Amino acid sequence: MKGRTVLPAPASAPPRPAPARRTAARTVQVRAVRRTDLEAVIALDASVTGLEKRSYWERVYRRYGCARKVEQRWFIVALLEGRVAGFMIGEVRDWEFGSPPCGWVFAIDVDPAARQQGVGTRLLDEAKTRFARDGVTRLRTLLHRDNVLILSFFRSQGLMAGPLIPLECELPTGAAR
Amino acid sequence: MKLQVATMLALYSVLEFAADPGRHVAAAEIADKYRVSPHHLAKVLALLAHAGIVESVRGVGGGYRFCANARRLTLMDVISLFEDFGVEAPNNLVDARPQAVDRVLAGVLTEIDQIARATFSSITLATLLRLVREDLERGQAAGSGPA
Repeated sequence: MKGRTVLPAPASAPPRPAPARRTAARTVQVRAVRRTDLEAVIALDASVTGLEKRSYWERVYRRYGCARKVEQRWFIVALLEGRVAGFMIGEVRDWEFGSPPCGWVFAIDVDPAARQQGVGTRLLDEAKTRFARDGVTRLRTLLHRDNVLILSFFRSQGLMAGPLIPLECELPTGAAR
Repeated sequence: MKLQVATMLALYSVLEFAADPGRHVAAAEIADKYRVSPHHLAKVLALLAHAGIVESVRGVGGGYRFCANARRLTLMDVISLFEDFGVEAPNNLVDARPQAVDRVLAGVLTEIDQIARATFSSITLATLLRLVREDLERGQAAGSGPA
């Protein structure tokens, strides 16, 4: 069985404030992240989680934002009127936990001020398109069960509980040598 | 997982109302559709009204109508009105068993409760209605839709 360390993604962040009121529909554009977007991504994540993780995002950018196409890793941003309003990070994982290759979304976040304008849906649609292009037929994600906001979003997009059950345990203190 | 009859009836009723929020639905119509006692249904609807999920409309064409936000109201919001969810599982044998067994069993039951709670809390009525629509469409496309 192959396991990977899942980066602590914003997708498992605690519930957030209520979204801003819906305004006139604006066009959401998505594209691959650029180095110049990183400050906005870091700020968005910090505003949502209350913690700035600059070195973490630098690593994520190098791994996912600079990946070659063959590596099947994606770091996408959504733009509203030219400003970064959300991002999504995902990758194709092969035979993880005995599962055939599938697309993993391990981070998705939307600026609270841009919620309910289709940003998350547009990002997930883009992920589905890219994963399908890579030849996978299943999309997965992992969330904390208390994260009702993002859980509800994924449910609204048709995701259901899958056959994998996450298990964990505390390690005994002093076990590391 | 098995929910009480009243809980299931509340879910069916709320879905019925939320599917067409502007429409007043007579309690008798729902009682007839699901073949339940009008008296039993009245108690369920009274609780839903008290919770601000539906409101009663008096007069000709009266009944009940949906007055919540289907994109915000979750299954858990409805279920928790009728079920003691997440409370410690009743254990009639508590005094006859060692405490460790109780604790471990309670831990397993709590794990199940937490997963069920998360599932119910993450599904809004809007999502459930969409799933129902998709299921109907699939059934019709396969030629096995409801008559």
